[in-house]
Amino acid sequence: MKLRYFAWVRERIGKPEEEIEPPAGVATIADLVTWLSGRGEEYAHAFENPRVIRAAIDRAHVRSDAAISGAREIAFFPPMTGG
Amino acid sequence: MAATVRLQREPFDAASEAEKLRRGRRDIGAVVMFTGICRGDEAGAPLLAMTLEHYPDMAEAEIVRHVTAAERRWPLLGVAVIHRYGRIQPGEDIVLVVTAAAHRQDAFAAAEFLMDYLKTRAPFWKQIELAGGGATDKIWVEAKRSDDALADRWTPSSGSRAAE
Repeated sequence: MKLRYFAWVRERIGKPEEEIEPPAGVATIADLVTWLSGRGEEYAHAFENPRVIRAAIDRAHVRSDAAISGAREIAFFPPMTGG
Repeated sequence: MAATVRLQREPFDAASEAEKLRRGRRDIGAVVMFTGICRGDEAGAPLLAMTLEHYPDMAEAEIVRHVTAAERRWPLLGVAVIHRYGRIQPGEDIVLVVTAAAHRQDAFAAAEFLMDYLKTRAPFWKQIELAGGGATDKIWVEAKRSDDALADRWTPSSGSRAAE
């Protein structure tokens, strides 16, 4: 699946997007955040406070308990500040 | 009702967008136009510019979804939402919401509803550049709890905003 990062999540991870294949057992957004956090310091830094991280699956907002199976694109970003 | 939703880098002409909504119409009795403008200071510090990052496909889909929700809630006769992205300087427009209805209450309410949701649910992120010029002077704007509270008042049960 494709991961996309925005704003300071993107800056901390150091790339706007990447293709990943999470291992079996990574079933939800929360699982994915935990798994990504273990991939390196930059990910740990980006996800150090999971409560503030927002996520979208295939361009729709989801909660951290949302299932990721079948997702084509998952995005992580800080709380939005548009308008 | 045909709504206009546009994301664009270039400036927009607020007056002509409002005019387009009402041209040739005799059923519209109220047009509300809100323009969000880039201020020249942030908490007293002079601001050089603001850069808006966005998630292109999702931003448009989210705005369309909220325009549709507004149309279901109020008897609107026209809606236009334009949101800019990229680098914007103080004094320039950032966002435009125009609502048209037969009566003012519906136009006012729908415009406020749309702005409250744009601020908290549309995937845009503001980064400001303060005078000084160093990389450390680029700061991501933090989301305001007061904006969340304003968006929550439109939902009967204000639970988590992370999903609907």
